[in-house]
Amino acid sequence: MATDMAVQPRLAAKASQKRKLMIEVVAVIAIALVLIVIMPMLLSGFRLNLLGRFLALAIVALGIDLIWGFTGLLSLGHGIFFALGGYAFAMYLELNTLPDGQMPEFFSLYGVTELPLFWQPFNSFPFTLLAIFVIPAIVAGLLGYLVFRNRIRGVYFSILTQAALVVFFNLFNGQQKLINGTNGLKTSTSVFLGQEVGTPAMRMVFYITTVIALVAMYALCRWLTSGRFGRMLVAIRDDENRVRFSGYDPTAFKVLVFAVSGAIAGIAGALYTVQSGIISPQVMDIAFSIEMVIWVAVGGRATLVGAVLGAVLVNMARSLLSERFPDVWLFFQGALFLIVVTTLPDGIIGWGRRRFGPAISSALGLAPTDLPYLDDSAEAEAVVETPEFAEK
Amino acid sequence: MLEGLIGGLFNGISIGAVLLIVALGLAIVFGLMGVINLAHGELMMFGAYTTFVVQNVAKSIGGIAPEVYIFAALPMAFLVSALLGLLLERTVIRYLYGRPLETLLATWGVSLILIQFIRSVSWPMLIGLAVFAALFLVGRWVLTRYTDWEQIKSWANPVFLGLSAAIAGLTLFLIESSGSDKFTRAWFSTRNVDVTPPSWLRGGINLGATLQFPFARLFIIVLTALCLAAVYWFLNGTAWGLRIRSVTQNRGMSACLGIPTERVDALTFALGSGLAGIAGCAVTLLGSVGPNLGANYIVDAFMVVVVGGVGKLVGSIVAALVIGITTYLLGSGTLVLMFPPTDFFKPMIDFFTFFATTSMAKVMVFALIIAFLQVRPAGLFPPKGRSVEL
Repeated sequence: MATDMAVQPRLAAKASQKRKLMIEVVAVIAIALVLIVIMPMLLSGFRLNLLGRFLALAIVALGIDLIWGFTGLLSLGHGIFFALGGYAFAMYLELNTLPDGQMPEFFSLYGVTELPLFWQPFNSFPFTLLAIFVIPAIVAGLLGYLVFRNRIRGVYFSILTQAALVVFFNLFNGQQKLINGTNGLKTSTSVFLGQEVGTPAMRMVFYITTVIALVAMYALCRWLTSGRFGRMLVAIRDDENRVRFSGYDPTAFKVLVFAVSGAIAGIAGALYTVQSGIISPQVMDIAFSIEMVIWVAVGGRATLVGAVLGAVLVNMARSLLSERFPDVWLFFQGALFLIVVTTLPDGIIGWGRRRFGPAISSALGLAPTDLPYLDDSAEAEAVVETPEFAEK
Repeated sequence: MLEGLIGGLFNGISIGAVLLIVALGLAIVFGLMGVINLAHGELMMFGAYTTFVVQNVAKSIGGIAPEVYIFAALPMAFLVSALLGLLLERTVIRYLYGRPLETLLATWGVSLILIQFIRSVSWPMLIGLAVFAALFLVGRWVLTRYTDWEQIKSWANPVFLGLSAAIAGLTLFLIESSGSDKFTRAWFSTRNVDVTPPSWLRGGINLGATLQFPFARLFIIVLTALCLAAVYWFLNGTAWGLRIRSVTQNRGMSACLGIPTERVDALTFALGSGLAGIAGCAVTLLGSVGPNLGANYIVDAFMVVVVGGVGKLVGSIVAALVIGITTYLLGSGTLVLMFPPTDFFKPMIDFFTFFATTSMAKVMVFALIIAFLQVRPAGLFPPKGRSVEL
């Protein structure tokens, strides 16, 4: 009898969780279907292409959320991984367009007669597909290992990733002979699967691929953050020393999650490149990588939906505002940073959940959930202590 | 050979001096307060534009003024940036102490606003801002004085914000539509502007056939040394410096002993920002001035702080000089000449030739910094004790 009584609530909780998961799966599939089937009917080709790009950016936002929202690592260098994925795909497209043995046109401008060694593997499509996410993952893992190994963290990590970004920008920008420098690689006239990349039909293909990739990456992040691994990430974010004293090695987890995040950014970069028609070192601009962080902040840290929503909303606002009032956009963006950081630390989703969450949960017959990220709990409380003390 | 070495050393030191003067304010704000200020570069930019304005005024005065304007520009740049920094600290940063990542994002937002401000600042805009500030602040002051502010705070704040913004916007619109073109146009164009250095800063000392020490570079080295001496004296020789150091070491205990920690914070931040202004004034001697000036220096300056370790000025000095000299030696290709052109050294020569441009030298320097951090994760002079946690 006694065991039954103990099991009962646990079973109920499990059932509630299962229901929640079902609702989430249905919702995600419904949204994906709306994006794939209904959106192309509503939007013009140009707008649909824009939406596709924003969705590709939403994939990076998922990666950022994974490391910032859940693990507490603020990376200001995700442009590197984004660019690596984009360049990998663009290099394949360059080579695929030409008959065998010929070299992309720009090489002749700089007097290069032989295809550089690192271009060779990109003749193969399977290799390229792997390279799109494996190369960024390796670079991220290596950078992460060298930094985390020494327990460098917090703002030091952020500054170092930013410096790494500048370095990669210089590397790609300066090497005309290897990768066409500032001009970047154009993909819009390249041929992929026997069709030109810039045609409406191909754009549609890439749009649908992007939606599917977004759903897949969402599922991946959801899976990573929900189980024991996810709890470990949150534990590292909230108190890394305690994790270390409990006998775990945070370094391995951090390196792994940073590499995964880099891989996700690489996939996003590849999808973004084919939809925008060009990849150039400009995507490794300092500002662009910081913007990625603010998308997540606007949507809501540590809520994966928030990352996607934030990326799409901010970019829509950007394209609307900067089309009409180019002067105002920077003011608006600056104000966005300030407002989100000072008054809306949980983002739109966090605010919405706090305000309407209980009502929605009870309407669907679910148990109320705790917010995964309450801003004033974790890092704030631990460190703010002293200034508050000083005031009194 | 000797001439090349001295030349290389001088150029390296002069690059290091620029880095140091930019990083000095950063090191103070970051080292003493733990605040990452991404708007530091933009505070520099304000210093540079202040220099530009002072120079234009000096030109219109004529006579000896264009020759000595730099001595007026330095304190002006310091003052403008320091006041701006004070405003920034009072309105934004003080709410974010202890949350360095949030501070980082917020200051980035501020830097965007400052860049756009420089691009589009004009008389109508300033008037609009003044109207807004006056309405909002006076309105709030009146309400706090005569009503129960705590009770109406929740709705009164947004209402006042909206009302003042609307009235200010209307004013702006009216002025824009009626004012003359000369009055409404932006002060600075979005393109870069040039500051002409005084004639005595052009040219340089010639030593030998190829070796030249430009006066502008020498001036910056001297200026950096003076700033260092002044900061050192301020921190170690004055009452406020003592308070700053005490708050850095133990905030709670300092507060108990009656040190006004909030005022110390504000003062420290203003000092760091003011130094950014001086740095901005100094870099006008090296090139043209544009709204994106700050971005060119900020990352390198942060590297100086990271390598030097926080909290000790001497760390920043050593780091800046080492980074400056290494960058120059790599970037100018001096290292390539060090090897005799034989087959044995060919791989080395090829290797260093690959990195012998300014941008590629940065790549190499960054790799070296990462390697250095493997040995000394907390920089050259790491802080001791529990305050290390960030």
